[in-house]
Amino acid sequence: MDLLEYQGKQLFARHEIPVPSGIPARTVEEALAAAEKIGYPCVVKAQVKIGGRGKAGGVKVAADATEAREYAEAILGMDIKGFTVHELWIEEASEIEAEYYAAIVFDRSARAALVMLSTQGGMDIEQVSAETPEAIATLHVDPLLGFQPFEARRLAFEAGIDADLIRPIGDFLTRLYETFVAEEALLVEVNPVIITPERKVRALDSKVTLDPNSLYRHEENAKLRDPSDEDPQEQMARDRGLTYVKLDGDIGVLGNGAGLVMSTLDVVAQYGGEPANFLDAGGGSKADAITSAVEVICSNEKVKAVLFNIFGGITRCDEVANGLIEAFATAKPTVPFVVRLDGTNDVEGRKILADANLPGVHTAATMNEAAEKVVALAKGESL
Amino acid sequence: MSVLVGTDTRLCVAGITGSEGRFHTLNNRDYGTNVVSGVTPGKGGQDVEGIPVFNTFHAAAEESGANTAMIFVPPPFAADSILEAADAGIETIIAITEGIPAHDELRVYTQIKRNPSLRLIGPNCPGVLSPGKANVGIIPASFFKEGNIGVMSRSGTLTYQIGNELAQKGFGNSSIVGLGGDPIPGTSFIDVLELFENDDQTELIVMSGEIGGDAEELAAEYIAENVTKPVVGYIAGFTAPPGKTMGHAGAIVSGSKGTAAAKAEALEAKGVRVGRTPTQVAEIAVEILGG
Ligand SMILES: Nc1ncnc2c1ncn2[C@@H]1O[C@H](COP(=O)(O)OP(=O)(O)OP(=O)(O)O)[C@@H](O)[C@H]1O
Ligand SMILES: [Mg+2]
Repeated sequence: MDLLEYQGKQLFARHEIPVPSGIPARTVEEALAAAEKIGYPCVVKAQVKIGGRGKAGGVKVAADATEAREYAEAILGMDIKGFTVHELWIEEASEIEAEYYAAIVFDRSARAALVMLSTQGGMDIEQVSAETPEAIATLHVDPLLGFQPFEARRLAFEAGIDADLIRPIGDFLTRLYETFVAEEALLVEVNPVIITPERKVRALDSKVTLDPNSLYRHEENAKLRDPSDEDPQEQMARDRGLTYVKLDGDIGVLGNGAGLVMSTLDVVAQYGGEPANFLDAGGGSKADAITSAVEVICSNEKVKAVLFNIFGGITRCDEVANGLIEAFATAKPTVPFVVRLDGTNDVEGRKILADANLPGVHTAATMNEAAEKVVALAKGESL
Repeated sequence: MSVLVGTDTRLCVAGITGSEGRFHTLNNRDYGTNVVSGVTPGKGGQDVEGIPVFNTFHAAAEESGANTAMIFVPPPFAADSILEAADAGIETIIAITEGIPAHDELRVYTQIKRNPSLRLIGPNCPGVLSPGKANVGIIPASFFKEGNIGVMSRSGTLTYQIGNELAQKGFGNSSIVGLGGDPIPGTSFIDVLELFENDDQTELIVMSGEIGGDAEELAAEYIAENVTKPVVGYIAGFTAPPGKTMGHAGAIVSGSKGTAAAKAEALEAKGVRVGRTPTQVAEIAVEILGG
């Protein structure tokens, strides 16, 4: 789960990482009131869960109320890489002597947290990493030992930090690691970490991703989940315990198990179709899950045909068939379905479907045949 | 032979008294797996259809001689249960539980790796089936028979799909190993490649991967250096949309690695044939082994 910049900074503050003070705002009026409180110059910052806001014009320093209004008006509603700005963060302006980069990421291939530090932070960090990767000092942390002071020093020396800043930067990294572990983050990134003219270290930006599987033991953080982040169908699916990702095409796809669903999308594409979604009905796939899944898929108006690809393991095909019958009774879909049932109780499942004789429901014996049929149906061909 | 589970397996199930745990334990026993015990703290002394339940893994290991653990407990308690099994000296630990917090997985993985005699499979995996010998987990065993193809996969149902395609061409399996879909799987493709390479029953290895991480790329390198048996690959997720990541750290660490195309390419560059559909995987197996 990604956090907004100011939410991340609030998390940092809990772990005594120095951050500028600020106030969130959802309207131009709120932004102005916040700016008056903070004083000028202040910074008007777009709050979206994506980087590169500065370059997109979503971060502006306002010298006075006129500018604050102008920037708030411009930035609210702005689109940044597909994310619409609904919220601003009005922050005291910092005096910047240098911009560093610091991050800790859950490095799954190394199976350890990776700490990164560079003196060349700021908006071009990806360029730095591509062109002069040696400018970014990196170190993996032993998960059972934790981040040691000598490791912080080593990183700081390797990054070429000025002597007077070795300790403060080391402390900063140590606190960042504490945050990473205590909040169970998958990413904490600070770009830039600034050095003020008084040689103080501060986090001027935050990018935090939390582990959704750990939210049950972080009540405060769980509250930060923002349902309006998600597409309405995705939200509906999540409320019903399904995993749904909306795609651009017109063929609804449902399967059980993420790998099988991904594979189904690929096969549909190979037969010339365009999937409208990824929907994993999950392990149990009981009747009500199937009903919900049909409702979610069909609530996307672009869907012209639906493919059900079930390979029963824990999932029982007779239950899926009964679920489909129930779904047709309640959701009354108007588009054709192709159903492929294999695995546990597949014979029973197919018989239940055949007996029910649902309108517009076709069956297929294999995944390939099912994909071929659903692509034809989506193109308006009859079988 | 087979790998990981077989006729020597003496299984102890954590979470045996839960409804899911009980159901699958009995299923595994019906298949012929030697289920010797279960663990549920506070329910020691009870039994589940004749299977004795112990309070701790230590007691279970001592009194029932368990050498394999299956973890079926809910996510908040799963890491602890895995560590307990490891501490009791149970060498093969198969964790079915889905949704374990990532930081828990990281600590567990690191601890398990410190003891080279321990092996963790999963978490979030369907288990391991050695047809005709033993089934530990939730793989629907009735679709698979004994044979000479070893299968390993990051996804459960996709494993069944591929296994089924192979079965339709008349092939059986030495073992089917579900590695699990979590960021930090206890056992990787490389670990199982080594096992299959040394297993006489296995003549061909099928590896089913998916987008994300670099396990397939690393496996490709390993195969080129260390595996003499033919390997057929499959990668799911060619049409999956790229995930949006927030910061720059991801790009700095992994660049453009991890796409389905990059993985298929990495495998093919090392001479591994990659099926574009599960059906094609079986067709390639026929070409290599004969129908
Ligand atoms: N409070 C502030 N005072 C002064 N300058 C600021 C302040 N906040 C941000 N800036 C400047 O704006 C730049 C961009 O802001 P910020 O890093 O928060 O957003 P971003 O562009 O989304 O970040 P990134 O490039 O890391 O994705 C910073 O590098 C910094 O130079
Ligand atoms: Mg930044």
